[in-house]
Amino acid sequence: MSLLTLIVLLGFLAAAVAPALTSLLGRRVKFVLVLYPAGTFVALWLMVPQIENGNVIVESFSWVPALGVSLSFLLDGISALVGMIVSGIGALIIIYAGGYLRGHAQISRMYALLLFFMASMLGVVFSANLIGLFVFWELTSISSYLLIGFNHERLSSRAGALQALLVTGLGGLAMLAGFILMGMVGGSYEITELISRADVLRAHEFYPAMLLLVLLGAFTKSAQVPFHFWLPNAMEAPTPVSAYLHSATMVKAGVFLLARMMSILGGTDWWHYAVSFAGASTMFLGAFVAFYQSDLKRVLAFTTVSALGTLTLLLGLGTEEAVRAAMLFFLVHALYKGALFMVTGSIDHETGTRLLDRIGGLRRAMPITAVTAIVASLSMAGLPPMLGFLSKELLYEAKVQAPFASFLLISLGVLSNALMVGVAALVAFRPFFGKMKDTPKHPHEAPWSMWLGPATLTLISLVFGLLTAPLLGGLWNAAVISVHPEASPVALKLWHGLNEIVALSAFTVLLGLLLFWMRDRILAVIRPPAFLRALKAEQIYHLMIAGTLSFAKRVTAVFQDGLLRHYVMFVTLVVVMFGFWSLLAAGPIDLAEMSGGLHVHDVIIALVMLGGALMAAYSNSRLVVIGSLGIVGYGISMIFLLYGAPDLAMTQFAVETLSVVLFVLILARLPRIKDIVSNVVRVRDGVIAGLAGILLTVLLVIATAEPLSSRVSPFYSAASYLEAKGRNVVNVILVDFRGVDTLGEITVLAIAAVGVFALLRQGSKEGKP
Amino acid sequence: MKSVILSTVVRLLLPLILLFSLFILLRGHNEPGGGFIGGLAAASGWVLYLFAFGSAEAKRALRLEPLHFIILGLTLALGSGLFSVAAGKSFMQGVWLDAMVPVLGKIGTPVVFDVGVYFVVIGIVLKIVFALAEEEGR
Repeated sequence: MSLLTLIVLLGFLAAAVAPALTSLLGRRVKFVLVLYPAGTFVALWLMVPQIENGNVIVESFSWVPALGVSLSFLLDGISALVGMIVSGIGALIIIYAGGYLRGHAQISRMYALLLFFMASMLGVVFSANLIGLFVFWELTSISSYLLIGFNHERLSSRAGALQALLVTGLGGLAMLAGFILMGMVGGSYEITELISRADVLRAHEFYPAMLLLVLLGAFTKSAQVPFHFWLPNAMEAPTPVSAYLHSATMVKAGVFLLARMMSILGGTDWWHYAVSFAGASTMFLGAFVAFYQSDLKRVLAFTTVSALGTLTLLLGLGTEEAVRAAMLFFLVHALYKGALFMVTGSIDHETGTRLLDRIGGLRRAMPITAVTAIVASLSMAGLPPMLGFLSKELLYEAKVQAPFASFLLISLGVLSNALMVGVAALVAFRPFFGKMKDTPKHPHEAPWSMWLGPATLTLISLVFGLLTAPLLGGLWNAAVISVHPEASPVALKLWHGLNEIVALSAFTVLLGLLLFWMRDRILAVIRPPAFLRALKAEQIYHLMIAGTLSFAKRVTAVFQDGLLRHYVMFVTLVVVMFGFWSLLAAGPIDLAEMSGGLHVHDVIIALVMLGGALMAAYSNSRLVVIGSLGIVGYGISMIFLLYGAPDLAMTQFAVETLSVVLFVLILARLPRIKDIVSNVVRVRDGVIAGLAGILLTVLLVIATAEPLSSRVSPFYSAASYLEAKGRNVVNVILVDFRGVDTLGEITVLAIAAVGVFALLRQGSKEGKP
Repeated sequence: MKSVILSTVVRLLLPLILLFSLFILLRGHNEPGGGFIGGLAAASGWVLYLFAFGSAEAKRALRLEPLHFIILGLTLALGSGLFSVAAGKSFMQGVWLDAMVPVLGKIGTPVVFDVGVYFVVIGIVLKIVFALAEEEGR
């Protein structure tokens, strides 16, 4: 059965038909579209028993067998867990987006992009082949770009979208390089194969390179310091997108990748230090910066950065306890952060603002939203009986038992978590208690479609917290085992009795409440933005972008000054230079080998062509030049014809004719030759052209002096009729054997034609050709 | 630069050139020819028509926008490749009908692909030539 493949492909199909369905069904379309994620969720839920004991379900289709690339999917504990998060929250987000963007003219685009993202993300999660994983990974980056820039008429949206794409795209390329290294060393791109050869990979001299490249991909995607800055800027996206991509799912792809790679690349000192260091610094920095934000969405964005840091840190530690904590926190964070983002969206939607200073006392106007936000914040703060409490207990346990720097990690962890408690209190109390404030819109409760999602997620946090073992135990243990195969299954309990960990928790909560209490006073004293501005990682990004642009501008000014004749000159010059250079490097060439008689008609054609070329070089009349070049072209066609290449000859004839026609069309618009070409220029161009001619002649002589490799030609001649049912080998190669190349070529030609058209249009608009 | 002789001759020649281009296209599998050359030949016919009657008239006679030829051609080419996938082979592996079709000969996805190339080439040449001709007229 190929259920996973079906799930992924259906998602792309759903995305493709979403716009048409929306115009057909109007507002009710969300009930149809939600069937895809909901169905996926149920299917995965039903599959859980099959994988609970560490089984792996694999499906594979050959894709590019010559390169060892296959479209293969696998389902194990972690992919089931993440797949269910993606599809479950996805279903709620579709409903939520329907309410949030109600009446928006482009809501169909939102649905299509959300489904497109969903399918790509499920592709990442299920991929069992590194190349397949990379392709889906890039698709998530692209859908994220399109979704952040959803309000594309706003400059800040476009800038945020582009920044996210550039940062994650750069990481993605690095990751691809890392994957290729892994494939080279491990001899396969299949993840299961690579796991069995993990020792070879870890011992190889390329190991540090491949690890760092893959980590670069994971860190950019999961917004680890110093690449974290794109995530807060991605908050330009409509809130359903922020809730879904930029808190619950896409940004976790990096963490997911780390978990996947752990059984292949993990367990070394390189891994421990690089991953833990990035994670720990991100964890603390995110929590710290979140604390003094004033925009509710940015507050949540930075706490997401911090949570991603925590997950990264746990996977960096890589112990059994750490993996347990990571797998639970993965789910916990998705649940509460998704809910809180949706709550923020509702507040923004109903009051018209999400600045903390401008909202307050909303509990009467928005009771359901208020309760949801408060309960979700309990989970964020890690208080019982929420699932968040459990995950924080495991987190502290993992840090206490960390193999290195345990004390430092605990101090950082407590501080970060205290800040998180403070922020949770901020999110739970600021908007809903205190005095009613004057908001741009008169506040009232959000429609059902907009509280259903957050309320459901929060309810799950609560129910799972109370009934963890029966509901979640199997899936959670399976996820742990899929990341850390030696781990033994344990039972999740809400209450472990009084021990040092509970004491740490209590201390954290007290410290967090104190921070919340003192927030205004703390901010008044230290004013962090001022001193943080100096070391903002984002500055590096801006410097790099500006540097690239100005470098490109300078290079362009030198080599592409807008005069076509100079472009041709530079291209020819470079070819001549490198051509002769490689000829000289190759050593002495024996030209005496040249043999074979010349016929009279060969000589005549050559002389005619030579005459044409000289005429073109000396004439001052455009018309004569064009005609002379036509003579040269027809001469070449004649030679093709005489030496048995009728296809080439026919094409050459047609192309020559059409180029003369094109020239004639623009003839009147070109400046007179005398006005732009001095004698010095003529000599210079003559030398370059002559050198190019000599180079080509020498190359041809060398090529023909070598005995022709005789395997290609007979193969095509024989296979042409048998396999492709055609006797014209040239054409069969074009449309069949090398058909993909031809497809690429005609696509490029089509783009070139559109480009020519656009250039001409632009020229005429500016009033010059 | 309207010339009665040219326009009369072109009126008669264009159908012949187009027919000839189809002939080149279809014989391409076994004899010299194919979609690329056929497309160039057909495009040359239309260019001749343009010289005789002007770009507005040529566009009217062509009925379709050149861009639509490009779209049609690319769709046919890509579709022929995907058809093979749907038929259970790998992308762009030839799928052939067993029966011979009168006039056309053997029919298979490579032939459809070649027809796609034919249309793309016509579209590209005409797109550029029309753009230049209009530029000229301005």
